[in-house]
Amino acid sequence: MLAGASLAVSGLLLQTLFRNPLAGPSILGISDGASLGVALVMLSFGGSLGRLGDGPAGGYPAIILAAFAGACVILCVILYFSTKVHNTVMLLIIGIMIGYLASSLISILNLYAAADKVHSYVMWGMGSFSGVSLGQLPLFTVCSLAGLLPAILLIKPLNALLLGERYAANLGVQVRRTRMFILLCTGLLTAITTAFCGPVAFIGLAVPHIARLLLGSSNHKMLLPLTLLTGSCIALLCNILMVVPGTDVILPLNAVTPLIGAPVIIYVILNRKNIQYFH
Amino acid sequence: MKQPVIQTSELCIGYAGKGRKSKVVHDGLNLDLFPGELTCLLGLNGVGKSTLLRTLCGFQPPLAGYIQLQDKPLRSYSQSELSLALGIVLTEKTNVGGITVYELVALGRHPYTGFFGRLRKQDRDIIERSLQAAGIAHKAQSYVAELSDGERQKAMIAKTLAQECPIVLLDEPTAFLDVAARMETLMLLRRLAKEQHKAILLSTHDIDQAIRMGDNLWLLGKDLPVICGTPEDLILNHAFDSFFGKEGMRFDPSTGRLNPDATLAPVGVEGDPFTSHWVGNALIRNGWKPSPVSRPPYIRCIDRHQIILTLPGGTQKTVTSIRDMLAGMTENSVTDDGMVRC
Repeated sequence: MLAGASLAVSGLLLQTLFRNPLAGPSILGISDGASLGVALVMLSFGGSLGRLGDGPAGGYPAIILAAFAGACVILCVILYFSTKVHNTVMLLIIGIMIGYLASSLISILNLYAAADKVHSYVMWGMGSFSGVSLGQLPLFTVCSLAGLLPAILLIKPLNALLLGERYAANLGVQVRRTRMFILLCTGLLTAITTAFCGPVAFIGLAVPHIARLLLGSSNHKMLLPLTLLTGSCIALLCNILMVVPGTDVILPLNAVTPLIGAPVIIYVILNRKNIQYFH
Repeated sequence: MKQPVIQTSELCIGYAGKGRKSKVVHDGLNLDLFPGELTCLLGLNGVGKSTLLRTLCGFQPPLAGYIQLQDKPLRSYSQSELSLALGIVLTEKTNVGGITVYELVALGRHPYTGFFGRLRKQDRDIIERSLQAAGIAHKAQSYVAELSDGERQKAMIAKTLAQECPIVLLDEPTAFLDVAARMETLMLLRRLAKEQHKAILLSTHDIDQAIRMGDNLWLLGKDLPVICGTPEDLILNHAFDSFFGKEGMRFDPSTGRLNPDATLAPVGVEGDPFTSHWVGNALIRNGWKPSPVSRPPYIRCIDRHQIILTLPGGTQKTVTSIRDMLAGMTENSVTDDGMVRC
């Protein structure tokens, strides 16, 4: 649930910051960056350190740090491009390209790594919310809350940012500082979820839209809490859907999230003009 | 004598480049912005209207010179102090569909509210008053996306009112508006300048409306010193004449309009003033020059259905519409000189 909330909130923050309804941690390559960080750690220091479920808890800080570093690097690159490229569609394409770049680096790493390490990485890469064992739960909770709380504190400047950076600056918002803060938050939230649950696609992208549609407003005062809740619900729903009824087969998480996410996004694109809840 | 709220001296605007290569857009600007007045910044594209506004807003540092904002230099203002001093409205459409007009205007209270942006009773009163003053109160609960372009600008203006700042800067606020909405916006801004004693500066391309509605004009020309003054004074000084000069057109000080250059002969026009005026308009469009000369060809306007055309050589022809008059002029190739009587 926390994972869902984290991803959803980071999606919302990015959508407001980039003023683009199609921004999200997985689209902008941030998840991939985090994955790259994790891959580096997992594949070079061995599967025992990173193997999920039965790995020693001590391995997690390393993975989280790696994921955070990876996410932040990608965020900085995206941010750099966002000052150069003003067209948001171009920026998204750049994000997707950077994502591919990160994934291809991961593939190359996979080639050179030992088979057992690759196996544990691939298992991780499928994504699973159940990857967090009870023992790791406290750490996960603390980290997620560390990302979610600042997000709540950002509500006021986020609303001003809806108008665009110029207007926000004119309303007394320290735009540069707020942007850094938002990006750090997003990086942290994405990194944590990625480290624990694998790169989860679509939740960060789709949930803010579901929340906006439900609420009928982009006012963050209501939207942020609702996104949190919706994120958690959708995550639970995905978790339930993962278990194929009547069998013991468990689907990979990333096979389930697009089932919910993709239709929402297509709906959003088709109705961009009609839906007023958009920036 | 009124005290200006913004005063610039020898201001140089432009973009600081790498090393010594900075791009100067305009130099030596000495400007005064007065409270209680609507000031229009006029100029062709690329002369630096937006750059000047951005510099005055503090978004872009000046390359040289000095800007005094109220009682202290602009650069000594912090971001939040500045948000209390001046409010802005930009050209680009703000795509904030998902909030209501009320919420948009409430954002204007941003500098005044606390950490969580909670609105107090006093804030809500100010928002209400701003919505009323901008004439958009009836749309308060509509989504911004549902507004027309004109209504959206009103909402943005209401936002700056809620900001309660003595100065409002608008970058081409009327660019996307139709004629009526343009006029409405300018009337609103002028009223606000008078009633709330605000200093309002807007950039525009619309010479015609700037001349009619502006209390004060700033003419910014490429490589020319900026000219400031009351529109009528500037026209009487012939300050406008060379201003919008491009190949093939000319500013006409008597009408305040930009006309195509006369390529054909002067044509005398006299008679009923209303008809004469529009006969003149048709002549100018076709390259003739309406003038008071009274030798043929000339046009005498009796009324709008009776226009007497005197062609060179003395032949007279009575026509009943301006279309026929133009046809008569062209057929008889009135090119040298002549008069058309209405």
